[in-house]
Amino acid sequence: MSETSVSQGTTGTAGSFVYTAGPATGNEILIDGWELIVGLEVHVELATLTKLFSASANRFGDDPNTNIDPVTLGLPGALPVLNRHAVELAMRIGLALNCTIQPSTFHRKNYFYPDMPKAYQISQYDQPINVNGFLALPDGKQIGIERAHLEEDTGKSTHFGGTGGRIHGSDYSLIDFNRAGVPLVEIVSRPDIRTAEEARQYVTELRSILVAIGASDAKMEEGSMRCDANVSVHKPGTPYGTRCEIKNVNSIRSLGRAIEYEARRQIDMNDAGETVRQETRHWDENDGRTHTLRSKEDADDYRYFLEPDLVPLHPSAEWIQAVRDAMPMLPGARRARLSQATGVPADAEAIMVVVERGQDDYVLAVAAAGGDVGRALVHVKEAFADEGATPTVPAADLAGLTLLEVRGSITATQAKTVLADIVAAGGGDATAIAAAKGFEAMDTGALEAMVDQVLADNPVAWAKYCSGEDKAMGALVGAAMKASQGKADGKLVTALVQAKRKG
Amino acid sequence: MSERITTADVVKVAKLARLDLDPAAIERTTAQLAGMLEHFADIDALDLGDVQPMNQPYPLVNVFRDDVIVAGLNRDEVLAAAPDAEDGRFRVPPILGLDS
Amino acid sequence: MSAPTSASSAVQIAAGVRSGQLKAADVLEEHLARIDNREGEIHAFNLVLADQARAAAAAVDAAVAAGNDPGPLAGVPVALKDNMCTHGIATTCSSKILDGWKPPYDATVVTRLIAAGAVTVGKTNLDEFAMGSSTENSAFGATRNPRDTSRVPGGSSGGSAAAVAAGFSSVSLGSDTGGSIRQPAALCGVVGVKPTYGYVSRYGLVAFASSLDQIGPFTNTVEDAALLLDVIGGHDPMDSTSIPAPQPSLLGAIQQGVEGLRVGRITDLPEGADPDVVERLEAAFDALRAAGATIVDVQVPAFSYGLTAYYLIAPAEASSNLARYDGVRYGMRVNAPDTNSMYGVTRTAGFGDEVKRRIMLGTYALSAGYYDAYYGKALKVRRMIADDFDRAYQRADVLLTPTSPTVAFPFGAKGDNPFAMYLCDVYTIPTNLAGHPGMSVPFGTGAEGLPVGVQVLSGTLGEPQMFRTAAALERAMGAAK
Ligand SMILES: [Mg+2]
Ligand SMILES: [Zn+2]
Repeated sequence: MSETSVSQGTTGTAGSFVYTAGPATGNEILIDGWELIVGLEVHVELATLTKLFSASANRFGDDPNTNIDPVTLGLPGALPVLNRHAVELAMRIGLALNCTIQPSTFHRKNYFYPDMPKAYQISQYDQPINVNGFLALPDGKQIGIERAHLEEDTGKSTHFGGTGGRIHGSDYSLIDFNRAGVPLVEIVSRPDIRTAEEARQYVTELRSILVAIGASDAKMEEGSMRCDANVSVHKPGTPYGTRCEIKNVNSIRSLGRAIEYEARRQIDMNDAGETVRQETRHWDENDGRTHTLRSKEDADDYRYFLEPDLVPLHPSAEWIQAVRDAMPMLPGARRARLSQATGVPADAEAIMVVVERGQDDYVLAVAAAGGDVGRALVHVKEAFADEGATPTVPAADLAGLTLLEVRGSITATQAKTVLADIVAAGGGDATAIAAAKGFEAMDTGALEAMVDQVLADNPVAWAKYCSGEDKAMGALVGAAMKASQGKADGKLVTALVQAKRKG
Repeated sequence: MSERITTADVVKVAKLARLDLDPAAIERTTAQLAGMLEHFADIDALDLGDVQPMNQPYPLVNVFRDDVIVAGLNRDEVLAAAPDAEDGRFRVPPILGLDS
Repeated sequence: MSAPTSASSAVQIAAGVRSGQLKAADVLEEHLARIDNREGEIHAFNLVLADQARAAAAAVDAAVAAGNDPGPLAGVPVALKDNMCTHGIATTCSSKILDGWKPPYDATVVTRLIAAGAVTVGKTNLDEFAMGSSTENSAFGATRNPRDTSRVPGGSSGGSAAAVAAGFSSVSLGSDTGGSIRQPAALCGVVGVKPTYGYVSRYGLVAFASSLDQIGPFTNTVEDAALLLDVIGGHDPMDSTSIPAPQPSLLGAIQQGVEGLRVGRITDLPEGADPDVVERLEAAFDALRAAGATIVDVQVPAFSYGLTAYYLIAPAEASSNLARYDGVRYGMRVNAPDTNSMYGVTRTAGFGDEVKRRIMLGTYALSAGYYDAYYGKALKVRRMIADDFDRAYQRADVLLTPTSPTVAFPFGAKGDNPFAMYLCDVYTIPTNLAGHPGMSVPFGTGAEGLPVGVQVLSGTLGEPQMFRTAAALERAMGAAK
């Protein structure tokens, strides 16, 4: 649906939410005794080169009506032919959202609107390509995905005259069909979202997934990701309330605000004994409210029927497997991997941020270079905001820095200073930089004397080590580091202890 | 096909189809559609329970094109044929009745 | 070499032009002269393209002179039904709503004709958006039947049938959604073919009912029809419903006779054909038997439900296909203070009564609460019809029926009763529903010396045996002359 095409409902999802009695679990998050129930419908434009049913360019920002062809304009005699790559991207989305990919068909959704060239939208209706999946939020909560189906986008209307480019009261409108026919996947969640924050997390996570799998650039500001929210409230243990669909939400922040506003509105109405009407509402960013667009009674009759100009889509098991094999690791799995390596919870800020930036591979590379993975995570999160997914600092250099830290050669504060130099130079030897800054380790004579004292103070460990128990080295080095109050170089200590056994 | 089509049905259908039928045309159309729907009573009696609908005559699946850009239409040629155009775009009267 | 005559077939013209024995320009002038002479009376065309045709014919002759082969239709004058897109040339569908619209692209069939060396002489008249069986529903006036100008040529491809019958073009293309090629072919006494659904690309054919529409040829001979289909048929990646399988040459197929071919007689065919038509059908069975075919009885019980299913399915698809005529991007616009009113006034002024009637019927059949009772049910009946045909084709290679229940009828004969006109297509419609091929072959004359066509039907991709049968009927008529 177009942003301005406000007479429209949800493609193929009418009645899709099962509004039965929700059981009271005792774990509800309540607002004045009311529980919020939210389902989201997210439209994403696919990152194809061409449109869903024709070969003109799918490109944002071009001059108006330069990406047009007979199909895009709905010229008499034009026929749609399905873009294989769009199907593949839709399958990637389905797999990323744990959906079943099934045989599917296309329907015509008939309605008149100036930016809808054929006066029907080709969309998947009762047999969508992806069904029954879920998206796991970073804290592990699963939000059900009812379907993720393919459909075509509309053109764009711009309104002139009247007051400030708004549709209402304008003198005329101009239509650009560059966007018409751009492939969309509409992702419909189940009404499993319970707070505005969860809604924000859902869209944030969805966006990360879509970008990670290359399905979409998912930019809400450019409209390549658009979000509608179905909002209702009820008392736990009672049937779900009447829902309203909120449209025109243009950022993740607005989504949270719109849901909070709408929940409050519905709760206040209920508390005042008024009845919430099923309707489509429009979020107004300026006044921070939702406004009635149209009520259910005005709903159009879309006269859905199978698109006779297209044939069914039956992806083979081999094709699905090939798409699955080519899938990159998803953000959730990357967070789990980093959590495993560091012992930090998967939804901790450092892990969220580093995975979002795609720097988790780098953190693991630092560990592989002998560095400390926990310190690497902290440093990358703090100091690599301007670095990309593949930082310019060699992993071995950051590894060296983390070793200085964990050996106590330098303090955390000193480490930050050293790291700033390393980042600025695109690399560097931490030991040398620390030395240059005067963060030096103990001199060799003092160190040897200290080591002798440590061996004398730990006769059992020294005896074990001398009898071939290499593990005992750890205790000796640890004691030496402690004795030096972090100023000793662990590598040197180790070397000294080894030398003394041989000697 | 049980109940007869009414003028109210025809008014609703005309609105959906964006045809402006005056009262006389509504009456005439109601009578004509009613007459035709009566002819269609012959399939009403058929037992079609197990019959699968046939949407297309020739069973094809998975017809695709590659994701390759082909030069499209010339904007000037297209807009020259449009009823009204301005600034590289198609011009239409105000869009009403959908935003209030 | 003498100048060609109206009896010259497309096969002969192309052979003559390719060999340099005929000039495409001379062939064209002869056809243009006939247009000059009689088009005022017949009104086969919405647009005659004399200048473009002369340029195209000259280019064909130049190619031959340069030693190049212009293609299998070299210099053959062809007329196109005015619902096929021609780049830069008006395409109206005989509707006010598209009056003056010049498509920015060519239909696939047009591209293929031009590539084969054909010379387009004009765009032919039709019932508005191909909705009708008499070509009386044209916004630009009716076409007259060249065999008797007081009568209709049939429809909706009446202009294309008349153009061939009058010798305005050697061959023409029409489109057939429920009989719109075969019925006018029968009424004008020419050959007309509706191929298997998906045999010929629909890209650039202005849609009436997408799951039923097929383009096919009008010709004077079965051989010409085979030649034309060999050129325009075959897979087109621009049409998702185009059949990707290779198509055997029909010119090759017609070399075979009908010895051993099983020709089916539908014993439960709907009644209502005029006695003269029935008499010619019987004569056709006799002729095929004499030529060595076996006549077998078959049943197609659901045949009689075709009309009902068709008049729900075709208008339903049409109501959606014709929604794009909204005054925004092309064609006619009637101004109004807002866009929604503009839709209403534009569409009301731009469409004729029959088109509006079918849009209304189709919108109703698809609307909430009625879909299952009408459109949904019709799709199931469609399946029954296809299944019944498939059973019949286990026993017979081809079926023979009348094409039209009557010979050409006078203007206005069907009055105001839409259903009376719809009955014209009772024998042709079931084939479109099943997606099967069908063709009409002239087989003598009936009442008042008017032409009668016999319809040859076959199963999916049964074109070769259908053409063999048609060729045998043609030979039988030739022998009887
Ligand atoms: Mg939706
Ligand atoms: Zn949608």
